[in-house]
Amino acid sequence: MGKFIRLKKGFDINLAGKAAPTISNTEQPETFAIKPTDFQGIYMPKLMVKEGDSVKAGSPLFHDKKHENVLFTSPVSGEVVQIKRGEKRKLLEVVVLADKSIDYVQFDKYSVSDLTHLSREKALQQMLSSGVWVNLIQRPFGIVADPNEKPKSIFISAFDSSPLAPDYGFIFKGQEQFFQAGVDVLKKFTSGAVHVNVHSEREISSVFSQVKGVELNKFSGPHPSGCVGVQIHHLDPINKGDVVWTINPYGVIQIGKLFLNGVYDASKIITVAGSEVKNPQYYKTYSGASVKKYLTGNLKQDHIRVVSGNVLTGTSIGKEGYLGFYDHQVSVIPEGDYYEFLGWIKPTASKLSFQRAFGLLSFLTPKKEFVLDSNNRGEPRAFVQTGVFEQVTPMDILPTYLLKSIIAEDYDEMEALGIYEVIEEDLALCEFVDVSKHNVQSILREGIDLMLNS
Amino acid sequence: MKFLRDTFDKAKHNFEKGGKYHKYFYVFEALDTFHFSPNTVTPAKGAQIRDAVDLKRLMMTVVIAMIPCLLFGIWNVGYQHYLALGQTASAGEIISVGLIQVLPIVIVAYAAGGLVEVVFVVIRKHPLNEGYLVTGMLIPLVMPPDIPLWQVAVASIFAVVIAKEAFGGTGMNILNVALTARAFLYFAYPLQISGEVWTFLPAGAKTVEGYSGATPLAVASQASTDGVSVVQAFSSFGQGWADNIYSFSNMFFGFMPGCIGETSTLMCLIGAFILIITGVGSWKIILSVFAGAYGMGAFLNLIAVNEFMAMPAQYHLVIGGLAFGAVFMATDPVTAAQTEAGKWVYGLLIGVLTVLIRVFNPAYPEGIMLAILLMNVFAPLIDYFVVSANKKRRLQRAAV
Repeated sequence: MGKFIRLKKGFDINLAGKAAPTISNTEQPETFAIKPTDFQGIYMPKLMVKEGDSVKAGSPLFHDKKHENVLFTSPVSGEVVQIKRGEKRKLLEVVVLADKSIDYVQFDKYSVSDLTHLSREKALQQMLSSGVWVNLIQRPFGIVADPNEKPKSIFISAFDSSPLAPDYGFIFKGQEQFFQAGVDVLKKFTSGAVHVNVHSEREISSVFSQVKGVELNKFSGPHPSGCVGVQIHHLDPINKGDVVWTINPYGVIQIGKLFLNGVYDASKIITVAGSEVKNPQYYKTYSGASVKKYLTGNLKQDHIRVVSGNVLTGTSIGKEGYLGFYDHQVSVIPEGDYYEFLGWIKPTASKLSFQRAFGLLSFLTPKKEFVLDSNNRGEPRAFVQTGVFEQVTPMDILPTYLLKSIIAEDYDEMEALGIYEVIEEDLALCEFVDVSKHNVQSILREGIDLMLNS
Repeated sequence: MKFLRDTFDKAKHNFEKGGKYHKYFYVFEALDTFHFSPNTVTPAKGAQIRDAVDLKRLMMTVVIAMIPCLLFGIWNVGYQHYLALGQTASAGEIISVGLIQVLPIVIVAYAAGGLVEVVFVVIRKHPLNEGYLVTGMLIPLVMPPDIPLWQVAVASIFAVVIAKEAFGGTGMNILNVALTARAFLYFAYPLQISGEVWTFLPAGAKTVEGYSGATPLAVASQASTDGVSVVQAFSSFGQGWADNIYSFSNMFFGFMPGCIGETSTLMCLIGAFILIITGVGSWKIILSVFAGAYGMGAFLNLIAVNEFMAMPAQYHLVIGGLAFGAVFMATDPVTAAQTEAGKWVYGLLIGVLTVLIRVFNPAYPEGIMLAILLMNVFAPLIDYFVVSANKKRRLQRAAV
């Protein structure tokens, strides 16, 4: 049924500080935050609570002005303690101080057999009001799914190929029935297939191998094979006018729990990993957790960068920041704000390079685990090198031409060159390997925003 | 190193906004970054780590790949000098003549072009382009050994201004900068860069009996006019004063007169090896230039109506500057085709055109320079077709 797709291009970044497969029993953080900036396509979040309000897990915190029925809800019960705003009063964080034991908003509960009779409208209503909806990402453009759309298919990438990524078999262990229920609900939203994509050389968790009613596709090859955009490109590419949805297995399971248990269950297992973490391992917590507790006493040194997400696409959040909504990992790397004498030419075996220019020796030790810091490793320049982006982009796309069309704000070219098919994570490796140090991902997002607003 | 770092840090505020020497900020920055890789960090969102490669290192890799050609060139300039004089000389003498001739050219090329770079950095307020590290080495290597230094300076300045900075600097230029310098000299001062200028001979020097400074290309062209086999002309050339100078192996190793850096196919292949191993030069371009030249040479053999056309195709690969051009000039990523499929077409056409120009245009005995410049101009067109094909595939997919 499913397809087997071999990808050759790409690059696995092998970092030091991989998480041990154990779950720490550290107590829960006190505060949790939902950050409107985690959600693409949400331009005007409207607050629905004020400081001091008490909320339950699943109570709405804010909604998007464009789609008032898409609610962003609290992961835990407790008190709204802070509403953090930035420049021009831009809403940055809604912080909730969690209760000791969590109190849930009650939604409708269904048995497995009831789910088959559940109508799309009813399912939609419950998903929107509970907050699980925003797990659905719409392509093109990687925005929160529009409830009025009918996607041609839905894609679930069931492995994460990025550096220090959590093992999905581990963090979703034992969630078979919820994953199945989630898939059953999602199937009501598309006339096409629901694709579940696994990696052929990794152990395939029974959560994914036993699920019924999906296309189970196998991929092989290095990162970005786990990026759902790459997978879509090879399974059922997005053309002009097409809409597809993507969702992380976590979201599917959350949807399953919503309908089987009647609650918005924001619990998740995350990794805290990276070269600067003393005991890299897994933690059981909730969406939007404050990372402070996991780092206190667990760091090898103080001059570090804490990243929510992986080191290719993540966001630097600081030692007291909050986990991003879509993230299952915290990566801690050394901050790289240092000068290095003759650093531009000195031979080095300790810095990783996809390339092999003079003195870059990392290609000799492909199995080595690297400690990489946040130094920019050079200065921004015009595009000079050619052919390297293509080697890390396993898609029939010409990244340099696409980026140049974005910089030139040429809408027709962007469209013709495939901007509908990519979001930041799909081209993140281009940003890593770029000798001219372009911020590829933010250029791409600018292009997407241009397309969205045109 | 701390002292040096402190000096830079202390001086920095003078060059920053509002500082006394604000105008020279990018000059300062260039000095600083050539000593210390900067302490800038990745933005808060996006790739938090970056590949260790940067443009400076990339460019230096090309320079390193050129060193075998340079060293051999220095030796060969001295060697050809004594050969033409009919004198035997020790290795030390050969090298010192080579050094005396070659080093000033390298220094002048770097200084003149570099000065222009700095002037543009100040006027246009952009960072210093590392591209000149390569250009400044390429220019001397494609010069005859006794080129007047002022011409090297003028050519370097012309090339940097017209071929590069006018377009906005490294990354924006259309023509290969070093080849523009060479072409400029060729058309502006043809006397000093054509004819028998390829061996360094001081004014009034008495050459050995039977001496001729003709290059293999000129010999081949002449043989064709005379109706003698080119291979025969090669083997009889130099009899009495430099036996077998134009034998295939001798030309492959590069013991013949020519531009400073381009006579040795072997040294160029070592350079190619470095560029390909490091991934800095496109093997597709290098291979396809050789393939194009060989293929065209072989095709001309089949339809030969004169002796030059009948010259065995492999000779095309070792005479003139084909190897040097293929390895170091055609692979310039900015002026070459930028798509992978386009690189094949680009390289093949350079090879084909080089041989065509050599064989059919007696006015320009060396074809590689003009072939590459011409293909530089056509590279965007080649890319246009490759990119259009990519777009078309995307559209066709939608129709299915």
